[in-house]
Amino acid sequence: MPNGNGNNFAVHVRNVSKTFGAGEARTRALKEVDFDVRRGEMLMIVGPSGCGKTTLLSVIAGTLNFDAGEIDVLGNALHQMPRRKVTEYRKRDVGFIFQQFNLIPTLNLVENVSVPLLIQGERRGAAEKKAKNLLDRLGLEGRAKERPINLSGGQQQRVAIARALVHEPRLVICDEPTSALDKETGAQIMELLRDIARQPDRSVIVVTHDSRVFKFADRMAEMEDGRVTRVHDVATSFTQEGEH
Amino acid sequence: MFHIALKMLIGDRSKYIMLIGGLTFAALLMTQQSAVFFGLLMWTTSHLRNMRAEIWVVDPKVEQVNELKPMRDTDVSRVRSVTGVSWAVPLLCTIQQSKLSDGNFKPVMLIGLDGATLVGRPAQVITGNLENLRLPNSVIVDELAIQRLSVGRERPLAVGDTFEINDKEARVVGICKADRHFFGYPYIYTTYDQGLQFSPKLRKMLSLVLAKPAPGWTAAAAARRIEKETGLKAYTEHEFFWSTIWWYFRNTGIPFSFGTTIVLGFVVGIAVCGQTFYSFVLENLKHLGALKAMGASNWLVARMLMLQAWTVGLIGYGIGLGLTVLFGIMVLKKGQPPFMMPYQLPLFTFAVIMLICTLAALMGIRRVYKVEPAMVFRG
Repeated sequence: MPNGNGNNFAVHVRNVSKTFGAGEARTRALKEVDFDVRRGEMLMIVGPSGCGKTTLLSVIAGTLNFDAGEIDVLGNALHQMPRRKVTEYRKRDVGFIFQQFNLIPTLNLVENVSVPLLIQGERRGAAEKKAKNLLDRLGLEGRAKERPINLSGGQQQRVAIARALVHEPRLVICDEPTSALDKETGAQIMELLRDIARQPDRSVIVVTHDSRVFKFADRMAEMEDGRVTRVHDVATSFTQEGEH
Repeated sequence: MFHIALKMLIGDRSKYIMLIGGLTFAALLMTQQSAVFFGLLMWTTSHLRNMRAEIWVVDPKVEQVNELKPMRDTDVSRVRSVTGVSWAVPLLCTIQQSKLSDGNFKPVMLIGLDGATLVGRPAQVITGNLENLRLPNSVIVDELAIQRLSVGRERPLAVGDTFEINDKEARVVGICKADRHFFGYPYIYTTYDQGLQFSPKLRKMLSLVLAKPAPGWTAAAAARRIEKETGLKAYTEHEFFWSTIWWYFRNTGIPFSFGTTIVLGFVVGIAVCGQTFYSFVLENLKHLGALKAMGASNWLVARMLMLQAWTVGLIGYGIGLGLTVLFGIMVLKKGQPPFMMPYQLPLFTFAVIMLICTLAALMGIRRVYKVEPAMVFRG
C-alpha cells in the first residue's frame, strides 16, 4: 500500500469496513470502502442520509476506530498505529470544521482559534498572536476579543475555519460546513475552503448534503449503503451534464 | 490549556457560583463545627490549665477532672511520703453558691489553694495582689465572675468589694484570667483553709493533691509510684487531659452530635459539588469532545477538569475558612460558644475539600474518557 509520501495522494482508503452494534442491532456502516484523496484538492463525500459519509470521515480523521481494511493518511498508517499515535496524528495533521462550529462560548475568538496550538504545547502568547493574524486574514479584524455569540453564523464558521487552519494541518476535515448557513454565506465559506484546498500539500475533505455547494469541489465521492459507488471530477461532470 | 480550562469554568457563572457556594458551606460547616467541638472539649479540661501541676492525685475511682471524689486530708501526707515526689499540696475544688446583690444565687467553682505555697494559683492576675489571698475571707475572681456576680450592682464587682459565698462574706482582692469551665461556672480562688470555711462541712473535703516529681523522676514514673504506694490514682497532666477527653467521648453524645454535623458537611459538599460539577462536564461534553478530536489527550482533558475542580475547591475552602475565622473572632470576644482551631483543623478541612473536588472531577473525567472524539460529527 502506498504510504502517501512521494506520491500525489494524501489519503488512501482500502477495503475499510466498520460495524456498529451487535446481534440484531448490528449495522454495517462501511462496507469495504476504497477511495483516495489527492494532494491539493477538495473532495466532497456526498450521498443520502445514513449511507456512511460521517463514519467514513470519522475513520479518516482518526476519531473512530474501524474494523477492517487499511487507511493511510499523509504517511500515517492508521490501521497500524496505537491510539496514542492516532491522537498525535490528529493534533499535528488534521484540522476540523464542524457542522455546529463547536466554538467554546466562554472563550473569545482569539482564544478559540488558539486552542489547537495550545494542545500542541505552544506558549499562550505566541499561539494568540498567530490566531489573531489568521482572524485578520479571514476578515475578522478587530473582533479578536469578542465572544462567538456576538457573531453571525458565517462569521462563526470563519472562526471555526481559522481554528482548523491555525496549526497548518495538511488535511482539513469538514462536516456539513454550510448546513447552518444561508446560500450566500455558504458560497463564501466554500470559496474560502476551496482556496485553502488549492494550497500545496493540503487537502480538504467535505461531507455535505448541500447540492448548492457541489460545484466548489474538485472531485466528488458518491456513497450509498456504506460503499463509495463512484468518484468523479466535478468539472467533467458538469461538462457532461451540459452536453447531455 | 489551563487558562482555557479556567475560562470555561468561570464563564459558566451559575455553576461556578453554585460550586463555590456548596464548597464554602461544606468548608464552613466542617471547620466551624469542629472548632466549636474542640473548644467544648477544651472547656472540659479547664481545671488543668487554671491550676497547672505536673501530677494530679485523686480518688482511685476518678476518671476525669470534673468529677472529683473527696479524699481524706491525710492523703496529702501519704503522697508527700512517696519516693519520687518532690512536694505535694492539697487542693479544694468544689461548686458553691454565691449570692448576688439582687438576692439571686449563682453557682461558682471554688478553688482552695495551699496557703503556704499558693500552688495552683491563677496564671495571670489582672488587678490586685496574689499575696493578699492569705488575708481573711479573701478571694481572687476571674473575669467571668465579674460579669456574673455584678448583676444588680450599680457598677461591676471590683477589688475591695464583697459578696457572699454560702452566706459568708468574701472580699475580692484580685481579678484574674482563667479558662472557662465546661459548666460555665466562674472560678473563685481562695486558700485551702478559707475554702473549707466557705464550704459546708463534710466528712472528707480534700478534692485533689497536686504534686511535683523529685529531680531525676519523670511525672509518669512518680505518678506510677504514688499509685503503687498509696492506692490512690495519680495522673500526669497529659494523662488527666486525655482521660477527661475520652470520658466525654464515651459518656456523652457530644462527639456523635458534632460528628454527624461534620459528616453532613462532607455529604453536602459531595452532593452539591459532585452533582454540579458532573452537570458542568455534561454541558461541556460537546466542547471537550471537540478538544479530544483536535488532539487533546485524555490526560490533558483530565488535568483540565482536575484544575477546574481544585480551583473551585480552593476558593470555596478559602471563603469557608475565612467565615469560620470571622465567627471565631466574634465568639472569642463574647466568650461563648466555645471555639478552638488548632492548625491541624484547617489542614484537615483542606484535605477533605480537595478530596470532595477530586471525587467530583473523577466522575467527570470518567465520563470524558468514555467520549469518542467522533461524537463531534454527530451534530
